[in-house]
Amino acid sequence: MSIAVDDEHISTRMRLRARGWDGVTLLILPAVALMLGLFIYPFLYGFWLSFQPKAGSLFANYARFFADPYLYETVAKTLWIAVPVTLLNLLAAIPVAFRVRLMQRQRWLTTLLVLPITLGTVLVAEGLLNYLGPQGWLNRTLMLFGIISSPVKLLHNYWGVFLSLVITGFPFTFLLTLSYVTGIDPALEQAAATLGAKAASRFRHIFLPLLVPGLAITFCLSFVQAFSVFPSAVLLGAPAGPTRVISIAAYQAAFEEYDYSLASAIAMIMGFIQLAIVGGVLALRGLFYRGPAGGGKG
Amino acid sequence: MTNNLNSFKTLRLQGVGRNFGALNVLKDLTLEVRRGEFIALLGPSGCGKSTALNCIAGLLPTTRGSIWLDERRIDTLGAEDRGFGMVFQNYALFPHMTVRQNIGFGLKMRGVAKAEAEPRIDKALATVRLESQAAKLPGQLSGGQQQRVAIARAIVVEPPLVLMDEPLSNLDAKLRLEMRQEIRRIHAGLGSVTLYVTHDQDEALSLADRIVVLRDGEIRQVGTPEDLYARPATLDVADFMGFRNRIAGVVTAQSGATVTLDVGGVALTGMTHGAVVGVGGNAVAAIRPDDMVAVGDGGDGLPAIVEAIEYRGRDYFGQARGPGDSELFFRSGVKLGIGAPVRLGAEPGKVLVFTGSST
Repeated sequence: MSIAVDDEHISTRMRLRARGWDGVTLLILPAVALMLGLFIYPFLYGFWLSFQPKAGSLFANYARFFADPYLYETVAKTLWIAVPVTLLNLLAAIPVAFRVRLMQRQRWLTTLLVLPITLGTVLVAEGLLNYLGPQGWLNRTLMLFGIISSPVKLLHNYWGVFLSLVITGFPFTFLLTLSYVTGIDPALEQAAATLGAKAASRFRHIFLPLLVPGLAITFCLSFVQAFSVFPSAVLLGAPAGPTRVISIAAYQAAFEEYDYSLASAIAMIMGFIQLAIVGGVLALRGLFYRGPAGGGKG
Repeated sequence: MTNNLNSFKTLRLQGVGRNFGALNVLKDLTLEVRRGEFIALLGPSGCGKSTALNCIAGLLPTTRGSIWLDERRIDTLGAEDRGFGMVFQNYALFPHMTVRQNIGFGLKMRGVAKAEAEPRIDKALATVRLESQAAKLPGQLSGGQQQRVAIARAIVVEPPLVLMDEPLSNLDAKLRLEMRQEIRRIHAGLGSVTLYVTHDQDEALSLADRIVVLRDGEIRQVGTPEDLYARPATLDVADFMGFRNRIAGVVTAQSGATVTLDVGGVALTGMTHGAVVGVGGNAVAAIRPDDMVAVGDGGDGLPAIVEAIEYRGRDYFGQARGPGDSELFFRSGVKLGIGAPVRLGAEPGKVLVFTGSST
């Protein structure tokens, strides 16, 4: 009798193990707890809160957002900054990555590029305030050489935020792009060359199709970063005007109007827009080859 | 632009060399190849054979020398303008293209019209027997099939020169033998030059019309497989041709090509090709394990102690410790015990004697 029970016991364990469940699986529990506590619960709470407006019906917050131009225009303003910045970063990163891929010593360059990421957006914003201001080095130098007669206004407008997002976003975009570019087997390019493909054709027919899936991921990650811009939009932009991005609207709702419900609704809208764009890009990515970018065995 | 290269008579390498920094990996490679020849570049890894191939393909710039197709200098052209076909060691198939697109890529790059390209792709697919796999991606194919796609892709453009960089090294033994025959058949059908890089002497012997043995970036010997197999010019080449036993001795007698050595008190007779060794000089005898036969204790031959023995079908092959602590590899008709004393002998015609003292 007891032997039969033991058999059953073992076979259940074996069956679980065959599906990848064993003692090691328990190690994911802390991560799951962290996800539940710090992401899933606040998200669901915010979602629920957004349907608990201070006044009015269930959808009052959403109705208010899409009725008030001061609120709904933040979506377009944020996109107007985030999309061009992301595209510029990506398009600039590709040629640089193609050059750096051939370099012997990439380390010092990588270190240099990681620096703006580690310094944080606030420090970069402070630096730009000094550098790009009317009395900053850039304007003074340009005026010294007579290239301009009066200082160029690069701060507290669209371009201030744009530049700051390029500076903080480019290294991230570049490092991701570089990892995708170097992941392509160099023998593929050589093979294309021996088959008569010139540099432009090699890029178009070999590199680009193999890079697109990685570039899509890079776009999504860079876009999400740029879309949630807050510090530089306040410090370097015109937070009441052209750079009143959606996170500023959420911030004002929460901490100036103390309307957490509306703030939650804005956060949900923000999340939905990001999700829609990321989802769209990933769906397009699905149309491309996504396997390993190697040339075969070996 | 590449079409006028198609009808050439000879490919000439004139003192081609390549440095990597201060390292001279390829020294003064000079070779003339006639149309229709199958040439194997044979050498151990690091001997510069892949460098030579890449220089000819245009994937690596040469440091010295020139490459000519008849009277046309080609080392100044980029890889894309040479019009050679290349089969890479790891195949380098485009993973995002189907087999058909992979094979058609070269034609597309040459601007061949679709109506002309399609039948040529079909023919190439038929040549490598992959008609049924045309719509698959390379990742869905086995190693041998990928290999054949790589070959089809290189030959569909009917290149004057096909370069192959150890194309069979990733395949299992059985497939390797099959592919050897395929490659030979495809070469015969194309009528162009094939330059085949390998470190496998069997492959070189069975495939090539002529073998070029490279070592330390230099050509050591060029010859037909029969030549190289029977008469390696140097000890290096002999080593590569399977003369695993190298026994140092002192010359005691020489008449014509026949030389007798004294190896630790035992006489060993062999042949020398060319160089006269001179009585009293140091020499090395090279013998294939196949020709080094165990004659049993008390017979005529070098005394040795058996250290290892293994059965390889038909015969036993073993390793023994011989005179002067030398390591000897031999064949035996019977199984010998480890530690057993044995005499190892070889017919004089199978023993090659080279000048020098180092083994």
